[in-house]
Amino acid sequence: MTSQNPASFAAHALGRRSLLKGALAAAGVAALPTLAGCSTSKSGGSAPSNAVSFGCNAAVPEPKGAYQTLFTAAKKSTGLTVDVNWVDHNTFQNNITTYLQGNPQDVYTWFAGERMQYFAGQGLASNVNDVWKVIGSSYSDAMKAQSKGADGNYYFVPFDYYPWAVFYSKSLWASKGYTAPTTWDQFITLAKKMKTDGLIPLAFTDKDGWPAMGTFDYLNMRINGYEFHINLMRTGQGWNTPKVAAVFDQWKQLIPYYSPGFLGLTWQEGANQILNKQAGMMVLGLDQIGTIFTGSNANDLGFFAFPEIDSANGQDSVEAPIDGFMVSKSPKNSSGANKLLEYLGTAAAQQVWLGSNPADIATASGVDTSKYTKPQASAISLISSAKHLSQFMDRDTLPSFADPVMLPAIQQFLSSPNNVSSLLSNLDAQAKTIWATNG
Amino acid sequence: MSAIPLSPHRRRKRLMRYTKRDRTALTLMAGVPLLLSIAFVWLPALATVALSFFNWTGIGGFSDMKAAGFENYRIIFTIYPQFPPAIEHNLLWLGVFFFIPAPFGLFLAVQLNKQIRASRIYQSILFLPVVLSLALVGFMTELVFSPTQGLVNNLTGHAGQNNLIDWLGNPRLNIWAVLIMACWRQTGYVMILFLAGLKSVDPSLQEAASLDGANEWQAFRHVVWPALRPINIVVVVVTVIESLRAFDIVYIINQGTNGLQLLSTLITANIIGETSRIGFGSALATILLVISLAFVLPYVYTTFRKDNRS
Repeated sequence: MTSQNPASFAAHALGRRSLLKGALAAAGVAALPTLAGCSTSKSGGSAPSNAVSFGCNAAVPEPKGAYQTLFTAAKKSTGLTVDVNWVDHNTFQNNITTYLQGNPQDVYTWFAGERMQYFAGQGLASNVNDVWKVIGSSYSDAMKAQSKGADGNYYFVPFDYYPWAVFYSKSLWASKGYTAPTTWDQFITLAKKMKTDGLIPLAFTDKDGWPAMGTFDYLNMRINGYEFHINLMRTGQGWNTPKVAAVFDQWKQLIPYYSPGFLGLTWQEGANQILNKQAGMMVLGLDQIGTIFTGSNANDLGFFAFPEIDSANGQDSVEAPIDGFMVSKSPKNSSGANKLLEYLGTAAAQQVWLGSNPADIATASGVDTSKYTKPQASAISLISSAKHLSQFMDRDTLPSFADPVMLPAIQQFLSSPNNVSSLLSNLDAQAKTIWATNG
Repeated sequence: MSAIPLSPHRRRKRLMRYTKRDRTALTLMAGVPLLLSIAFVWLPALATVALSFFNWTGIGGFSDMKAAGFENYRIIFTIYPQFPPAIEHNLLWLGVFFFIPAPFGLFLAVQLNKQIRASRIYQSILFLPVVLSLALVGFMTELVFSPTQGLVNNLTGHAGQNNLIDWLGNPRLNIWAVLIMACWRQTGYVMILFLAGLKSVDPSLQEAASLDGANEWQAFRHVVWPALRPINIVVVVVTVIESLRAFDIVYIINQGTNGLQLLSTLITANIIGETSRIGFGSALATILLVISLAFVLPYVYTTFRKDNRS
């Protein structure tokens, strides 16, 4: 669901009643057409070329402040006033279908890859080819591929992203004399060593269900390669094959090294096991663990690429979810929206937004990297060495498959790892019915 | 509930006596809630039933819905692995609520009704959780049962790496952790209902019984319990409703997966989200509706039959 949102708990805490309240509020708003008409005619009528409306999924203080600074800078640079509608991250994501069909803002925050292609394919986004004519030169080919719809047009402007990797505490590793493994055998040997040293070898937490998806993605890309992984994600075909069974078999080897009680722990608790030097390593995103290793701890955070399993694939793929912007299907100020995106696609704008944020990195090239923390700097070299970028399971596959089907299936595998064959035949059957009705 | 028994004949006569104004007021008082209930309860419910026979992602209008027949139901009953545990947990919830908070709430109510000292304080303490929303109780469940940081494991010395009890993550344990907390809240609710009922039992009946030599149990069994009949029905209804609508407490913990599946969380998982399976989720909701009706209809039927007889 909102894998990449550390504040997801707050939104889950709302539950059914606030959903109902929201629905009531929405009904109330609908019942006041005159008022709504008033406000739109004001913003649309008096200054059509200077204002761009913006739907933003960052209502919590930390990214909200950064966006406000960014929009002030945007005004200075482009003369555009950005009219923001702040929405909670989870609410935005859960309501996206309704939002885009209703009366969306000109520009809205969204995710690259399949998530972007789906709404582009439904005709709920405008292409941004003109923007790319301007910003194209500052983006890598992998980034360009993640911004194009299935029809070959650009629908997305990348803004920030972060890699998934195996994280550790540098000071703990220095005191124990560990070195980063590159192959699976070295990885398992290191985990064994950590266990005898009294550490939890792998901090792993899956109460919320989504963090384990990152491990699945990496295992699949390392064992079967990027092409197989992305086809599996996008077509839903091939779940009940020996190739996928091999992924789960490999995964079984890791379970003995995981945090005790991992199905009852949140990723924050796991990341704290790394911070407190109770655990040796953790497969997680920089966006998450970067918010735990802050201030003086920021440079103690080290990481290495998920180890190689099959030399045919090496470590050629990196899971790096990209956040960015899209333009709604009929923006009120189309030229303004493009102008704003041309600005947001520059390294300068992204640097303004990043500020001192140690958990994400800019997507455009030409950012002043001297302001990055060490983990941010190494994240750049990790990603730029990658041949392929994946976006994370819940962004690479249909959401109606990721959360309702894969999430509980992985939890079921983790609590009883020996029923893989029945698990896979069931996943296959469910995938077929979902793609048959959603495709 | 305890309407003055009137024969149909007399009832009609009495209605005739109402003035035009009274009748308008009555029509409005009954009509407006009826219209609201049709518009906001029955039409959506029927629409849900209808939607369950279609496939729809929520994008586009009616033309984008594809007829699916009973396909959604077939999927639920054959290949949807979350469904059997969800039904099991809803029924477990119902069973536990019948056998633990209901009798225990009655027991507490009887004790508190004995004019013991500081009865009000005990009442307040026991009733307090009822005031808390179930979402908050879910959050408290996390604080109490979190495997590494929770109260229970730290008090009993099971928070360490080697002997950790995974109250929230073990799919065989976590439902019980949640049920303990849910019962804690439900007991207070049932207690206050029974307490209200006990206050309305004429104490002279009990005195008469004890004068006739009945012991405490006999007086309760033959005098108090029959007098509590109307309250019992309310408690049964409340228990059924609370068990079937359980949602918030598990949704807070893990959105209702991994051992905490409930029908309500499955509906949410499939309908609320980016590309929704509206038809599939509606089929699940229809199943929940049928189960609710299975409990509600016999109740409504017996209530009305009793009214008509008297």
